[in-house]
Amino acid sequence: MSETNSDRQRRGDRESAFYLFTQQRLPACKPVLTPPWVITIYFLVGFIFVPVGLFTLRASHSVVEIEERYDIECVPSQFRNDKVSYIQDDSVPKNCSLLFKVDKYMKAPIYIYYQLENYYQNHRRYVRSRSDQQLLHGRNFHGTSYCQPLESSNNRPIVPCGLIAWSLFNDTFTFIRGKALLKVNRTNIAWKSDRDHKFGKNVYPFNFQNGTWIGGGKLNPRIPLSNQEDLIVWMRISALPSFRKLYGRIEEDLDVGDYVVVQLMNDYNTYSFGGKKKLVLSTSNWLGGKNDFLGLAYVFVGSSSLTVAIVFMLLHLRSQR
Amino acid sequence: MELQNISNTCTSIDISRSSSLAQENLSKPQRIRNKSVDLGDNLLYSEDPRVIYINDPRRTNDKYEFTGNEIRTSKYTLVTFLPKNLFIQFHRVAYLYFLAIAALNQLPPLAVFGRTVSLFPLLFVLCVTAIKDGYEDWRRHRSDRNENNREALVLQAGEFQMKKWKRIRAGDVVKIHADETIPCDMVLFGTSDPSGLAYIQTMNLDGESNLKTRYARLETASSIFEGCNVSGLIRCEQPNRNIYEFTANMEFNGHRFPLSQSNIVLRGCQLKNTDWIIGVVVYAGQETKAMLNSAISPSKRSKLESYMNRETLWLSVFLLVMCSVVAVGMGLWLHRHKDELDTLPYYRKTYLRNGKENGKTYRYYGIPMETFFSFLSSIIVFQIMIPISLYITMELVRLGQSYFMIEDKHMYCSNSGSRFQCRSLNINEDLGQIRYVFSDKTGTLTENKMEFRKASVYGKDYRSSNLRDDVLQDDDIRAVSSRWKLKSEISVDSELMDLLHKDMAGDERIAAHLFFLTLAACNTVIPIVSKDASSGHVRSDSWGEVKAIDYQGESPDEQALVSAASAYGYTLHERTSGHIVIYVNGDKLRLDVLGLHEFDSVRKRMSVVTRFPDNTTKVLVKGADTAMFSILARETEKDDQIRQVTHSHLTDYSSEGLRTLVVAAKDLTDAELEQWQCQYEDASTSLIDRAAKLRQTAALVECNLNLLGATAIEDKLQDGVPEAIEALRQAGIKVWVLTGDKQETAISIGLSCKLLTADMLQIIINGNSEEECRNLLTDAKTRHGVQPASRKNENSKRSNNPENGYLEIPDEAKSSNVLQPRSGKEEPDVCAPLALIIDGNSLVYILEKDLESDLFDIATSCKVVLCCRVAPLQKAGIVDLIKSHTDDMTLAIGDGANDVSMIQMADVGVGICGQEGRQAVMASDFAIGQFRFLKRLLLVHGHWNYQRVGYLVLYNFYRNAVFVLMLFWYILCTAFSTTSALTDWSSVFYSVIYTSVPTIVVGILDKDLSDKTLLKYPKLYGVGHRHVAYNLQLFWITMIDTLWQSLVLFYIPLFTYKESSIDIWSMGSLWTIAVVILVNIHLAMDIQRWVFITHAAVWGSIIITYVCMVVLDSIPIFPNYWTIYHVAKSPTYWLTILLIIIAALLPRFLFKAIHQNFWPSDIQIAREVEILRKVT
Repeated sequence: MSETNSDRQRRGDRESAFYLFTQQRLPACKPVLTPPWVITIYFLVGFIFVPVGLFTLRASHSVVEIEERYDIECVPSQFRNDKVSYIQDDSVPKNCSLLFKVDKYMKAPIYIYYQLENYYQNHRRYVRSRSDQQLLHGRNFHGTSYCQPLESSNNRPIVPCGLIAWSLFNDTFTFIRGKALLKVNRTNIAWKSDRDHKFGKNVYPFNFQNGTWIGGGKLNPRIPLSNQEDLIVWMRISALPSFRKLYGRIEEDLDVGDYVVVQLMNDYNTYSFGGKKKLVLSTSNWLGGKNDFLGLAYVFVGSSSLTVAIVFMLLHLRSQR
Repeated sequence: MELQNISNTCTSIDISRSSSLAQENLSKPQRIRNKSVDLGDNLLYSEDPRVIYINDPRRTNDKYEFTGNEIRTSKYTLVTFLPKNLFIQFHRVAYLYFLAIAALNQLPPLAVFGRTVSLFPLLFVLCVTAIKDGYEDWRRHRSDRNENNREALVLQAGEFQMKKWKRIRAGDVVKIHADETIPCDMVLFGTSDPSGLAYIQTMNLDGESNLKTRYARLETASSIFEGCNVSGLIRCEQPNRNIYEFTANMEFNGHRFPLSQSNIVLRGCQLKNTDWIIGVVVYAGQETKAMLNSAISPSKRSKLESYMNRETLWLSVFLLVMCSVVAVGMGLWLHRHKDELDTLPYYRKTYLRNGKENGKTYRYYGIPMETFFSFLSSIIVFQIMIPISLYITMELVRLGQSYFMIEDKHMYCSNSGSRFQCRSLNINEDLGQIRYVFSDKTGTLTENKMEFRKASVYGKDYRSSNLRDDVLQDDDIRAVSSRWKLKSEISVDSELMDLLHKDMAGDERIAAHLFFLTLAACNTVIPIVSKDASSGHVRSDSWGEVKAIDYQGESPDEQALVSAASAYGYTLHERTSGHIVIYVNGDKLRLDVLGLHEFDSVRKRMSVVTRFPDNTTKVLVKGADTAMFSILARETEKDDQIRQVTHSHLTDYSSEGLRTLVVAAKDLTDAELEQWQCQYEDASTSLIDRAAKLRQTAALVECNLNLLGATAIEDKLQDGVPEAIEALRQAGIKVWVLTGDKQETAISIGLSCKLLTADMLQIIINGNSEEECRNLLTDAKTRHGVQPASRKNENSKRSNNPENGYLEIPDEAKSSNVLQPRSGKEEPDVCAPLALIIDGNSLVYILEKDLESDLFDIATSCKVVLCCRVAPLQKAGIVDLIKSHTDDMTLAIGDGANDVSMIQMADVGVGICGQEGRQAVMASDFAIGQFRFLKRLLLVHGHWNYQRVGYLVLYNFYRNAVFVLMLFWYILCTAFSTTSALTDWSSVFYSVIYTSVPTIVVGILDKDLSDKTLLKYPKLYGVGHRHVAYNLQLFWITMIDTLWQSLVLFYIPLFTYKESSIDIWSMGSLWTIAVVILVNIHLAMDIQRWVFITHAAVWGSIIITYVCMVVLDSIPIFPNYWTIYHVAKSPTYWLTILLIIIAALLPRFLFKAIHQNFWPSDIQIAREVEILRKVT
């Protein structure tokens, strides 16, 4: 060892760090799970999680949400047994109205969502059926094989192609409070990044929903894709089979006792596969929408940590080593 | 090297026998037949000898194009690199799995990932491996080029001219000067020595540093001086790998004579002490014996890896179950929705009505096919459930581990300057689970540096205890006439010295004279006289130059004897094939050597027939006591008396652990001489059965010998051997010593290295027949109450634990934080520990008969097993005995060629780079400088490696399974359509980039206990025996933990974002980050030693994941564009991640804490003691 010591001195600090490295003797932190540590960690988790949970729960409770399913009510009673023929029959008027009663004060902006259930936007065939290149570059882009079977119609390419765009949601809603029309802001509902970089400013819908087999909403061929915000929202496909999508924002406060009448066009066909449609009005805060789960989970984890910590402490005190 | 010890003499034949045995053994599994064994002496009648025309390479190579001398150790050329490397790489199952998955993914209905993405993992590993292979090959190319472009003198157009090595062809005549390396295998034609003698060093071939002699045939040696134009014909055997044999004959000047091993010099050897040699190339390039021998030892598989494969099977069962669930789900779903498939907005199986594809179905093949495809595509998605990357990770980890083993200063042997060598990269972790150590004795436990200690001359014992301090002074005055300075100092017995300086009268005086004369003459040692420039002796100045003699010999015993003789005034000065010059107290004595019977393992003795200057002939013999006592003269009573006294001396010596040798001589009458000479000539030129004929000839003179005395040589124990053995035994490792020594020597060495202790009951089995062995065995069994194997196995599970189990630390010791090291055996064994001593003869009967299991029963119930007088293959047989009866890991350690078979047979083979050749090292998996390093290798590095690799495997299973399960839960929410929320690149990067580095770093650097603690408490090694770090139970616990973590991982985001507007890529991004942080924190929780590299790897991985996510989300063409920027703004995202991590890990943490505080394991206690004591 005396040799190595002198060696080390000669080689200097840098080398000696390397020497320690090769001998696996680098200074190291070696954590040991001693009872005080364990108890401290559990207490720490408990003391952080319970308040955070309570705080989150409060935030969740402060969100006001009104939800109404409308896909059944909007079908005239004579079609209740055959909803599919109702939705496919163009001659039947599709308009319908809902009444929302505001129980709690809702502060603007109030977000309007439509909610679909049992709708597998995350199906693999669906997820893949789009061409991001075409959305950006328009119909000059030809590598759109992923869009099949909705790549072309009448031997002309479809822009935007693919199942996702083809199945665009097309129910429309107008909101009336009392006598006055509520102003609904339908802009800025899609991500700015999508509008600016993903959907072309010079790409216009082409040959879209021109066939006999109409999937969903049509697009105004004179508005570039980057401004078709409903399409952009729709094409951010959802993660789960029940999902909400932003329709617009009401930029007025709603007071307790207000009645909001919703005039809607029930155009979108979810009847053929038993999907549900709902309309949701919700305020928002830092947490997003109403969701008690997060807060409850935090409180639960936190309190069980505290319990474990206390049990551990008692055991430790009893059998002090 | 045990064969040597049988008679304490050693010659090249001895080594060659043992090593060729080993070589046959080695070549057997490789299916390379050792041709020389078949051809043997029948070469001349064999159909296809190789014909070499001397000095006529054109004609030689005319008919058969023999290989040129260009060598190629490289595998590839620029052109063949790509195809050949790919071909070799795809021999590995892991790569084929990758390839199959990637190929599946290319099928249109299955394309789960993008085409390029799916190829990435395969390309990645292929590239890494190809770069590694390419670099290695480039280095080989470079060394080949250097080698091929060296130059040698070749006879061209009547003159010797320089020629590049690679242009030398068979048939060329080559001249080599001193200290040059020999370019190819050549038959010696002539040397600078008139008698045709040449010395070569075979270091590169077999690692032996001493000089060996080679001879040119006298017929050719003389003609070489006459002229340069030589011609002739050599017929030799086809190229083979046996470096110890060569059979050929030569036609030269109308004569025909045989050539043998002593006439050939091999590529890679160096010429020493000879000005030049001329030789004819017989084998060149790849056909040289050196090149044919460069084979790698067969690869071994670690035990942990085979257990791991068992668990991998379980994982594949999980994989199949998951895939089946998805497939069945898909089938049922399609069946339920089969009428809607065309109207479902998210399925849509047909094309639009109008258009060229009018009404055709799009990628829909009917429900059964769709179900099947769904099965296949889920295999693609879940592919990393089978942790193929684990094999690559393990390779890297072992590489890192071996780096640290090699660099370990405590395993550096400063005497020989040899580092630890890691020759096999597959079995690092096996070092932590060794249960049996089989050790060679000579050179392994002992230094193999022989020292002459005692002598018995003419019935009188001269002990070095009579050594006087002034003896050197005395000696110098007397020895002035001999101006030779020896390189080694030898203490001299004054009494014996005095005897030697008396007048030559009396039997005792003459016997002493002959005794030392025999020691000096009867050997194969070559004296090398050199001017001693570095002499520091002041006294030597008055004598002008002092010459130093270095004795070069193949056996250290002989060197010791010759040096001893020299110290007593009998200095061997010159040895040629014809005569020996010995200076007896300064007077030159020239002995003509008439014949030499070299040592062989049948006779176990060596003799030399010499003619003295007074024209008397004597035969001088030395040999093993058993081989000598039977051939002694028993004429007079005096003989008998001396015999008995000498015999008792011999017993004394060997009980002291000394190696003994008996020396005898007799005068030959003219008649005897004539008869012998006649037969000897006949035998030594015989082509058939030369060895047997020579043995018969030897028997003519080796009879009725007069006993001169006996010698005793000490084989010194290496440093730290007793301590190492004691530590190994405390660690629960059984140390067996297998030696070629006699029983007494073996026992005494056993005592001196603390293998045997006085309180042990010795069971000695040395039967000479099967019946005797059987009786001895059954007797021993009944006497010591050994249970048969079947019952023992049942008990062993229970009894193993208290025996090698927990460190029982008393409570008070724990609270005061003082852990007393356990000294020795405190097992509650009532009866004394047993020791089994068995000899090679009995083993022959036992191993070949049905007594094997009896032996096993006895051997395993003994604490110590000593096998003496065992042959190399028997060593392997004993290792095999243990391997076939138990699952325990075996380790064989040895240094000589005779240990090769044992080293290859054992699970782990360790070679000692010592005095003897490199063959043991070449065959070994690890090589160390000294035996005592074994303690550190097993207890420290073995333990570390075992813990690391065990954890690494479990963690990798967990890491991949938690990811796959998370994907699986999600797929259940996507109508079984194998959608992944994660982007393709993230799925691929997960195991390659996001989480791979920390596991590797931890696998290399983590350590639970410091080396000091591990060495202090050898019992901690027991964790390896008990499979603590990796077992089936741990696997299942890990899998349950994995299931919980994956559920937390999936359901917390699911509930948090239920009925929200979250999109699939945000969710995927959340899951990606969450799983990466989770597995890294999980790892961080288990890391026992944090150095800055660990910090960098763990936290760096998380950061790199974020960076990758940011980069991937910044490319507009991906649908997931800008996702991370969005989600990172939302507090819910961060709260969810925090919740996932804590909720997923709390149960594990609780389990760990409870386990550690209420049921701590040995390691945890030792660790707390180690760390906390330092703090307080």
